[in-house]
Amino acid sequence: MSRDRVARVWSLVDAEPSRVDADGRGEPWLQRLCSALARVLPACGAGVTVQTLDGALGVAAASDPASAALEDTQFALGVGPCVDAFAWRRPVLTPTLAAVDERRWPGYATPALERGGAAVFAFPLQVGAARLGVLDIYRARRGSLSTYELALALDFGAVAVRRLLDARVDPAGRQQGGVLTGALDNRMEVYQAQGILLAQLSVGLEEAMVRLRAHAYATDRRVSDVAKDVVTGRLRLPR
Amino acid sequence: MPGVAADRLATVFVEVADTLIDEFDVVDFLHMVTRRTVELADVTAAGLLLADHHGELQFVAASDERTELLELFQLQGHEGPCLDCHRTGSPVTYTDLTSATTAWPAFTRQALAAGFRSVHAVPLRLRQETIGALNLFGTTAGSLAPENGSIVQALADVATIALLQERAIGQREALAQQLQGALNSRVVIEQAKGVIAQTYGVSIDDAFVLLRDHARRSRRLLSDVAHLVVADPTSLSGLSVE
Repeated sequence: MSRDRVARVWSLVDAEPSRVDADGRGEPWLQRLCSALARVLPACGAGVTVQTLDGALGVAAASDPASAALEDTQFALGVGPCVDAFAWRRPVLTPTLAAVDERRWPGYATPALERGGAAVFAFPLQVGAARLGVLDIYRARRGSLSTYELALALDFGAVAVRRLLDARVDPAGRQQGGVLTGALDNRMEVYQAQGILLAQLSVGLEEAMVRLRAHAYATDRRVSDVAKDVVTGRLRLPR
Repeated sequence: MPGVAADRLATVFVEVADTLIDEFDVVDFLHMVTRRTVELADVTAAGLLLADHHGELQFVAASDERTELLELFQLQGHEGPCLDCHRTGSPVTYTDLTSATTAWPAFTRQALAAGFRSVHAVPLRLRQETIGALNLFGTTAGSLAPENGSIVQALADVATIALLQERAIGQREALAQQLQGALNSRVVIEQAKGVIAQTYGVSIDDAFVLLRDHARRSRRLLSDVAHLVVADPTSLSGLSVE
């Protein structure tokens, strides 16, 4: 993903005021991401769910109470586009929820439609085998996302993934737009290095990713350059 | 390159049809398309690139995953026959790569160094759009026989159809879902290569061979084995590099 697109999403999120919803829930930065996305996509709301340590999905943020309620519907029932997107590791795009067979998500469509989910678009937040959560987009009118809107949603999702990983490395979120939150090259060496570090350090995949990015941050180098060194054996990270 | 026997072609299409009916894994399917392309068109290697949500070509599957070959596919996001094919929507051919240096300086240099002498790219077409390219490499100079050109285009068309599997939703949604799923599966395969390389002390290229061979032997999908390996690096125990 290019630096320009990352920077664009960041600036849109930065422009959002910080606010925690009425329940006191909401991770601030993810909250602002949902609000920013809801602002740039016409007639949409957004929600992010994050996988917790015990493997369950929990609602982390939403752009507005209606979207929060729609997120809750999926979790109360344990079915829905978000649940499928996470399980199948690919987006689940439903431009017309009312047209979906009831058997697919039993009990979901009626409350979701009542709460304004005429169209639901779920994007897993993932890097290969590492699944971090799901980004949901809701629309009160049926219809597809345009090519532009789809690209924007995917860009927001990609930045949300980085943020979720970076929060482990830089919790205060001081570093913005630099190495840490810059372009995560989709070079193969980066993913190969993640696998190598997983085995080398005997850690999980997410931890391996974080370690790779942390090293790049600490040494002020591009992630892809550090990855090349890991793959060629020039660099071994300490346990 | 010689012509193709009709019975070989019929076998491939039956195989394709079977795959589409059964449980469908798009990355596994696209790998199969590239392998069949190599067999039917009698070329050395084939690879498939798809345009992502920003219109940039991303490598998805190849008949052979040697690093130097994957580099050649990755490079084509910026320069090369696939990029031109994607832009124009028409097949692109160089029967002798030594004359392609002006068109694609970096790509040609790397392709020649890898031992290739000819290249062919056909578009994956969806109505007026080109959603990707099927790329063929040969180690000798010379063109594809005319009947092979049609076969290759047919295989590309089959790949496109496979990407539009879901009928209940629009083509744009279906394609986006499959594409994002395929791109993520590609990432898992790369992660698994790293895990295997480190765990078994082999090169990245040999790691892929181990992964692929294990998948074949255990009759599992490549992506499934890749996931297993990442979850448990010892799940391939008992294998060795021949």
